[in-house]
Parts: sequence; C-alpha cells; structure tokens
Amino acid sequence: MTALPTRKDEAWRYSDIAAVAGVWPLASPTRLVVAAGEHVTRTILQDHVSGVAIDSLDVEIEAGATLTLHILAMGGDYGRVAVDVTLGDGAAFEMGGVILGRDDANREIVTTVRHAAPNATSRQTVRTVLDDRATGSFLGKIAVARGAQKSDAVQSVKALLLSRTATANAKPELEIFADDVKCAHGATVGELNKDALFYMASRGIAADEARALLTEAFIADALAEAPDLAERAIAWLRR
Amino acid sequence: MLEITDLHATVDGPNGERRAILNGLTLSVAAGQVHAIMGPNGAGKSTLGYVLAGRAGYAVTGGSVTLDGTDLLALDAHERAAAGLFLGLQYPVEIPGVSNLTFLRTALNAQRRARGEAEASGAEFLKLVKAHAADFGLSLDMLKRAVNVGFSGGEKKRNEMVQMAVLAPRVAVLDETDSGLDIDALRVVADGINRLRSPTTATLLITHYQRLLDYVVPDAVHVLVAGRIVRSGGPELARELETSGYALDQAA
Repeated sequence: MTALPTRKDEAWRYSDIAAVAGVWPLASPTRLVVAAGEHVTRTILQDHVSGVAIDSLDVEIEAGATLTLHILAMGGDYGRVAVDVTLGDGAAFEMGGVILGRDDANREIVTTVRHAAPNATSRQTVRTVLDDRATGSFLGKIAVARGAQKSDAVQSVKALLLSRTATANAKPELEIFADDVKCAHGATVGELNKDALFYMASRGIAADEARALLTEAFIADALAEAPDLAERAIAWLRR
Repeated sequence: MLEITDLHATVDGPNGERRAILNGLTLSVAAGQVHAIMGPNGAGKSTLGYVLAGRAGYAVTGGSVTLDGTDLLALDAHERAAAGLFLGLQYPVEIPGVSNLTFLRTALNAQRRARGEAEASGAEFLKLVKAHAADFGLSLDMLKRAVNVGFSGGEKKRNEMVQMAVLAPRVAVLDETDSGLDIDALRVVADGINRLRSPTTATLLITHYQRLLDYVVPDAVHVLVAGRIVRSGGPELARELETSGYALDQAA
C-alpha cells in the first residue's frame, strides 16, 4: 500500500489514521518462512509507553510446518499488529493474542489467514481487556482457497469491558471457496460477572483483587503457552 | 453475638424502583447457638442473607446489625467476611478460570491480612484444605478445577462447606444450603454445620424445609413473614410448621 489508508479501508476501519499518518509510509512487513516440517514459535510484544507502534508480519507456513504466535498489544497510544499468514498443505497456525488498553489507547490486531492448500489448521484465540475510554479491535479474515479441502479454522474472540466508556470491536470475516471445510468463529463482548464479584467479596476478597483474579482468568486461554507474556499482562492488569 | 435490631431493607428492582423486603426484623443469636429461620417464598429469607453480607443492590433503610459489637453495616462486604461473617449461598457461583484452591487461598489470606494475622504458606494452606476436603467428600483434584464449574448441585454445597471449614467464621449464615440435596449430601452438610458448632460460634440456618433440622437440631426456630419475625420457638416449631404450613402466620 502506497497511499495512506482511510477508515473506508476495511482493515483500517477502527484505526487512528492521524497516528498512522505520522509514521507513513510504513516499513515493509517482516517476512517469515517456516520451512516444511518445522515448528517455530514467535512472540510480538508492544509495550511502548506512548506513541505509535505498528508491527506487520507476513508468514508462509510450508507443508506440515507449524507456527505458534503469541501477541501482547499493551503499548502505544495507537498500536497495531498485522499478520498475514499463508498455509501450505497440512500446515498449522496457532495464535494467542491479548489486547490490553486503558485511558484513550487504541490497539488492534488484524489477521488474514489464507488456507491456500488442503488439510491445514488455524486456531486464533484473542482476548481483549479495556478500561476508561480505550478501544480494542480484532479484525480476522479467514480465506479458504478453492481446493483447500479439509481446512479447519477456529477463531475465538472475547472482549471484557471494565468501563462502559471503553469500546471493543470484533470483525470476523470468512471467505470460503471449498466445500469440505470446518470454520468456526465466536465473538463476545461482556463485563465482569457481578455474581462472581459478590461471591469473592463474601469470602473476604477485596474488589481490586477480585477484579484482578477474574481478568487474569479471562486472558489465560490466549497466553497459556507464553508464560513470559502472561506475566507481563498480569502486571499490567494489576497496575 | 449476632444482634439484628429493627432491620429495614430494600432491594433495587429491574426498573430502578426500590422494594421494601425487610420490615423491622429483630433477632439475636448468642454464641454457641444455632438458629433456624423458616418462612414462605418471598418472606425475605434470601434478602436477609444478602443484606447481612453486604451485597450491592440491597440497601439498609433502618436498624442495626452487630457482630460481637462491631457494626457490620459500616463495613464493605469483604470486610464483613474478615470480621467473621460467612454466607453460604443457595446457588454457589461458577467462576471459570479461577481454581478453587486459588480462590480459597486468596480469600483466607485476605481475611488474615485484614485481621493483622500471618498469611498461610502454600504448604500450610494445602494441608488445611486437604483435611477439610476429605471430610466433605471432595477430592483435591476437584479443588484444582475452576470454582464450582461442572460441579453438581450437591458438590457445590459440599464445596461451600469446605470453604466454611477453612475460613472458620464466627457467624455462619447458610441460605438454603439444604435445597437440592440428596439424603447423603444433606447428611454431609449437616455434619459440617454440626462440626462448626462451638461455644464461640453462631449459626443462622435459612431454610424452607424442616428436613435439615432433623440432622442439625437448632436452639431456636423463627418464622419470617413479610420481612419480620412473627413467631419464635424451639425445635418443635419446625415440625409443627411442616404439618400446618405458614397460613396461620401469614394471616396474622
């Protein structure tokens, strides 16, 4: 892309365009090839105190290879992680992403997962926790090519609003040109469970601690296999 | 020990209106005693438990509640627990992602900190929980699972009893802890209540049926109708209510 995107561009509809303009044009995406049969693990951490953070990753996962990607977007006034993945025959893409935001932060994860060949699997688990006036967005496109039979794609997207003035966006998009595939996606936006908060209080747990336990449990699914990132996320939640 | 005097309370309705549920409830439970509160649906039994525990949405509009002289109504819900109050819920809440062990250890240590006591170490806590869990027929494996998630009704109530035993409250208010239990689970729960019985603790059993009182013989039985105690008596009152119902009390 050479021209500055606008909010009319699908992949930028929730973005802070003014912030993007300040760093335009963007550097080329980082390119990663996972060779056939290999298993590679990567993490993307955005923890800038302020400013703009944009990470773009183009990945090719060759036949029978696996990429496990963990993303923690908790920095920058505007933060964006864009991942474009192309899967070979029998390849696997496992992604756990967490977006954390408070004050006026705007953070987003944008993925395109291309099932270009048969028998590939993709699992994306995204958890977002937002407070104050923060915005958190996940835009996830799954494209299954003609002939990519036995594709198996799952997207689980959940957002937790700690304040009614925060905004969560979830935009799953499926584009399927094969007829023997499994594609499942679910998106929810909710608040902390008041019954659980009272239950914890009735056992002696103060409100701050109760909220921390519940939010930590909420993000746990996405970072179960990335203890370092999970620790950072928990420290942020307890701040 | 637990002194409830002329308690008036309202509950927030769905449209922001407030409904008066407790209308001058007075009750005194001395140390070492077990009292039962019985009454028809809608009398305010569960409300009483929530008001004592300090649940949001329930407002006290008059009267007082003290635990050994401490004004409970001036405390937040979690401070009331640290002061020694325990509310056993009719429907224990499921908390996905938080294990029973984490939940209970966090609670125990929060209470201890609030009272200026030393926190329990991991080993100390585990020993304590293991002993009590075995008493109530819950395995340690179950306690490693998320709070009440996938537990049957009976297991949830046993879990309440394990929590009560570990937290060792001075006053336990048990809201229909007996509802939905088969006879074996009922015996287990009754056993837990009897075990907590001591000269320095008090228990308030809120119940719909007399069944639990066959296993936990109360020192006093009170009939709650329309938000106040209309009649009090000994254990025989529970059996009488079982046959005659509340019609007489409601008419009065």
